[in-house]
Amino acid sequence: MNVPLVEVRGLTKEYQRGDEVVPVLAGLDLDIARGDYIALMGPSGSGKSTLLNLLGGLDVPTSGEIRIDGVSIGELGSDELAAWRARNVGFIFQMYNLLPVLTAEQNVELPLLLTSLSKAERRRRARAALALVGLSDRARHRPRELSGGQEQRVGIARAIVTDPMLLLCDEPTGDLDRKAGDAVLDLFDALNREAGKTIVMVTHDPRAASRARRVLQLDKGVLAGGGG
Amino acid sequence: MSRAQMLAVTWMNLQSLPARWGAALVAVIGIGGVVMVLTATLAMAQGFKAALNFAGAEDVAVIVRGGSSGELASNLLGPEARVVVDAPGILRDASGPIVSPELYVLVDLPMRVSGTAANVPFRGVGPRAFAVRDHFRIVAGRLFTPGLYELVIGRGAISQFRGLALGGVIRFGSQNWRIVGIFEDGGSVTESELWSDLRVLQSTYRRGNSVQSVRARLVSPAAVTQVAAALKADPRVNVSVSTERAFYSEQSRALVALVTILGTTISIMMGIGAIFGALNTMYSAVAARTREIATLRAIGFGAAAVVASVLVEALLLGLAGGLLGGLAAFIAFDGIAASTLNFQTFSQLTFAFMVTPSVFVTGVGYALVLGFLGGLLPGVRAARLPITSGLRST
Repeated sequence: MNVPLVEVRGLTKEYQRGDEVVPVLAGLDLDIARGDYIALMGPSGSGKSTLLNLLGGLDVPTSGEIRIDGVSIGELGSDELAAWRARNVGFIFQMYNLLPVLTAEQNVELPLLLTSLSKAERRRRARAALALVGLSDRARHRPRELSGGQEQRVGIARAIVTDPMLLLCDEPTGDLDRKAGDAVLDLFDALNREAGKTIVMVTHDPRAASRARRVLQLDKGVLAGGGG
Repeated sequence: MSRAQMLAVTWMNLQSLPARWGAALVAVIGIGGVVMVLTATLAMAQGFKAALNFAGAEDVAVIVRGGSSGELASNLLGPEARVVVDAPGILRDASGPIVSPELYVLVDLPMRVSGTAANVPFRGVGPRAFAVRDHFRIVAGRLFTPGLYELVIGRGAISQFRGLALGGVIRFGSQNWRIVGIFEDGGSVTESELWSDLRVLQSTYRRGNSVQSVRARLVSPAAVTQVAAALKADPRVNVSVSTERAFYSEQSRALVALVTILGTTISIMMGIGAIFGALNTMYSAVAARTREIATLRAIGFGAAAVVASVLVEALLLGLAGGLLGGLAAFIAFDGIAASTLNFQTFSQLTFAFMVTPSVFVTGVGYALVLGFLGGLLPGVRAARLPITSGLRST
């Protein structure tokens, strides 16, 4: 039996709001196989984004364990975790989070600055990633010169340029019109089916969720029907 | 933290500077203002030191009455002065020892700028005064004629006091004195003075044959100890002997210390204000870039790279402020002649502001310290921003 890429055990997350403790995730268990494509759905405040952040090592759980590709990420220090993220995770954000002062190509090249690749090789890979998302002709444009859909495709190119095993997408089509959203979802399909990327996507949109292999419903910090 | 990481984040920071130019300019100008004040103050102190150091040769001894704090308080009677000039260690030539007994009185002249009266040194010198001063030369007119009420005036004195002009007549000590020449002495403190014949000045001020100091050229700088020892052992005189350089340095010690301490204190206080300006700029820079910083952290950039990038930006703003302030001080003050009362000698000291390379570098260094302090806390704050909330900030 294949070991899951992602193993989550007894995951809890609580926030402190003044004197009040607000539980967000309550003892969550979840396995995600390699090459899976999961849509995480649920009402606002159900803990979807919190779970995504914890999977990506952007936040630390109150208790429980997250093991990704055999690495218990809770045991990594801050700098180790940053390096681990750089190698293994690609993030795609609802608001794209591109750096406005950089061109599309420079934005895509950013994660490669954390590698030992030469400048020429970094540039070659950034261009290849932009070609993959169909934006070769926009390489020298800055984010404000691009449409929302194009910005998100640059965001996807940035997420995949280091060839990470796991793509974490937080409402990737939430700010796009239907056509642009479909183009993004087509890209995810291709990345999952042809490149074998494991994708976890938080979404409110049932149409986007329908493109995933599995849909998980999260409510009040608990997965409906378990997470196996 | 790799250099590439730091350079990349810093480069992005700097590229976003034009969007924040207003705040950046406030920091640069704030730091520039502080550096200008510091540089001007140091240039003033440097000018004092230069004027006084240049006046002081190492191989010339100044001999005054023992215990007197300067020439003004000193008095050597004629027989005492004759003992002094015969001391071993003093250079001699065919005409005898190279010495200049000198009388030193203060006269009133109105300041050119304010019109208020100031004490101006009026020195009576012996015929060999010019043999003990290497840099003395007449630049206009001629030397005074011994026995006549004539005087020559220092270049610095002309620029600072009214009523001094070549060919003019001026009244001191119930006598009319004709100004027959202008001298310079390598920019030294003596350029603040008026000079005439010793004998004429002695009779004008009824000093008999007493003088206030004796300047003597030494056989070598080390001979000052020989002169001092010989005169100390001689019961006929009670004098204090020092090299001219040491003498002037001691004369201005309190003034230089006062200017330096005052200037430094003012600069430190202003610097604290400038640090707040830099802090404000860098905090607003971090706040404006919260999402970018969080995105970089999410991608995998380390906290150290983020701190370093904020610090480098603050240092660059500091550097810009330092260069601006230093340059402004150089343009505004370098070479400007001024004078002040040296309260140790009760006489007016003429000097020029000197923005030397070391003064300039000190100012820029201070600006970098201000920039560093202004960037440190915002940098640490940037690195500590929670990534998850930063990603969602607008």
